[in-house]
Amino acid sequence: MSVPVQASEAADYAIEVEDLAIRYHGKLALSRVTLQVPSHEIFGIIGPANSGKTSFLRAINRMDLMTAGMEVSGSVRVEGRDVRSWRNPYALRQRIGVVFPLPVGLPLSIYDNVALSSRLRGTRKKADLDVIVERCLRRAALWDEVKDRLDSLGSLLSGGQQQRLTIARALSQDPSILLLDEFSIAVDPVTTMRIEEVLSELKSEMTIVLVTNLVQQARRLASQTAFFLTGELVEVTETEAMFEGGAQDPRTTAYVEGKFG
Amino acid sequence: MPDVAHAADRRDAAWWIDRAVQILVLAGGLSAIVFIAGIFVFITREGAGFVFDRFDFREFFGSPRWTPTSSHNPTYGALALIAGTASVTGLAMLVSVPFSLGAAIYIGEFATGRVRETLKVLVELLAAIPSVVWGFIGLSIMNPLIIQVFDVPVGLNVLNAGVILGLMAAPIMTTIAEDALKAVPDTYREAAEAMGATRWQVTFKVVLPAARNGLVAATLLGVGRGFGETMAVLMASGHSINLPTSPFDSVRALTATIAAELGETAAGSDHYGALFTLGIFLFLVTFAINFAADVFVRGGQRKHRRRGRRPAASANP
Repeated sequence: MSVPVQASEAADYAIEVEDLAIRYHGKLALSRVTLQVPSHEIFGIIGPANSGKTSFLRAINRMDLMTAGMEVSGSVRVEGRDVRSWRNPYALRQRIGVVFPLPVGLPLSIYDNVALSSRLRGTRKKADLDVIVERCLRRAALWDEVKDRLDSLGSLLSGGQQQRLTIARALSQDPSILLLDEFSIAVDPVTTMRIEEVLSELKSEMTIVLVTNLVQQARRLASQTAFFLTGELVEVTETEAMFEGGAQDPRTTAYVEGKFG
Repeated sequence: MPDVAHAADRRDAAWWIDRAVQILVLAGGLSAIVFIAGIFVFITREGAGFVFDRFDFREFFGSPRWTPTSSHNPTYGALALIAGTASVTGLAMLVSVPFSLGAAIYIGEFATGRVRETLKVLVELLAAIPSVVWGFIGLSIMNPLIIQVFDVPVGLNVLNAGVILGLMAAPIMTTIAEDALKAVPDTYREAAEAMGATRWQVTFKVVLPAARNGLVAATLLGVGRGFGETMAVLMASGHSINLPTSPFDSVRALTATIAAELGETAAGSDHYGALFTLGIFLFLVTFAINFAADVFVRGGQRKHRRRGRRPAASANP
């Protein structure tokens, strides 16, 4: 599918955010965020609860449209184009995969969970869907565990399996951007490691924004990391530098060293 | 240590109140069973004489001739009455299912804020309209309307009663269906919308399948309502014994028959017993419908409970 993309000088950035502010019912939740997410990298976002991380993700795929009272100002550009200029926000969301903190296995069969996105876009042929379902489940490291029971309910899988199902579902959208919001909250450590390996492989194909409450996870995966604190962006720094004492702001150093948060 | 022993055995006010409340609510719960059993025993006892002495299975379910007042050859064929009730209820469902499902989807999935609250109140208000008022509407508005629009001699018929009954059942079905939609977790909607699904796709592909059991239960309760409704059907159906072949035929319903005839029969007579037999039949059908609805609702709850299990439980191997 081709989406008209305006030529942008900074074509290397998948997401460009300028002076973003988000309000809920007039109350400021996030303000003065300006950052660029380079293409084909994992971009980490860390920060304690209520720092605006999730709101930031919601602004990228225009969830504000369906959230009562949520207002977004400033600009968010995806692939060079302001997200609010997409006249069909559904097409925007199809290009952006989202993984939520708690796994959401839809109450459909495992197969239908992964086939849903393709079906919504009009793919009907069983053979095509079979290929997509197997490929996405394999890439999410779930295929071997569920290949014999694709007909059973996705919502009955264990937490870790459901989260991988959610990732498989996001991959089935064939997204250019993948947003992960604290994906490992309900996942055991072994599964978390497996998913992290998957993410490292995926970044060659898509841009990944990884919001995480585990600073070490950001350290393991992200090339750059942003630190959000109480609704503001404190800084964006090369991840290694941030963890080696090279943070620009003392609060960042304190946070990554576990002194608060 | 005597003090500790004392505290271990002393039943204080809180203990006694707790015990008393337990007994009170137990009595409340049991009373429902007692009343249902009592009603069943009563109608069975009143109908028993007829069922054992006079009841003919083939006549009752196979013959449309209901002539209990005939002096030389009374017959008790309930087929026409059953067909009357079934045809009216069937048409009512054709009317009410799309209406109530549409209303529930609009209120539950599309409407927001004040519109939604207003609609909910209105629907509940609609559910509170007494059935005799609906019957009156059938008599005085639908009747001339049907005569005029369809050019038929009588406007009190299956169509009239079915539409009236459908409109009557729709509000309660809407309320229950909307509850079923509300029970679908918002996380499902968000997940689907984040994939680029439109609101309608979310509703159709995710929410409706998830709420399926509750929606079936809502429909079944509507059927039960239609089956048992008396006054509106009595007033709007024409109340004449017929095996209906078109929506413009007048029919008579089981419930309406009991209501209209019971006052004129001698207690203990065959006619009296036959009416109670109709009652037993109605009771069993309504019981079966409610039981089926309950099974569906339970099926839905079980699914929700499994779904509601905290996934984090498996996070600590």
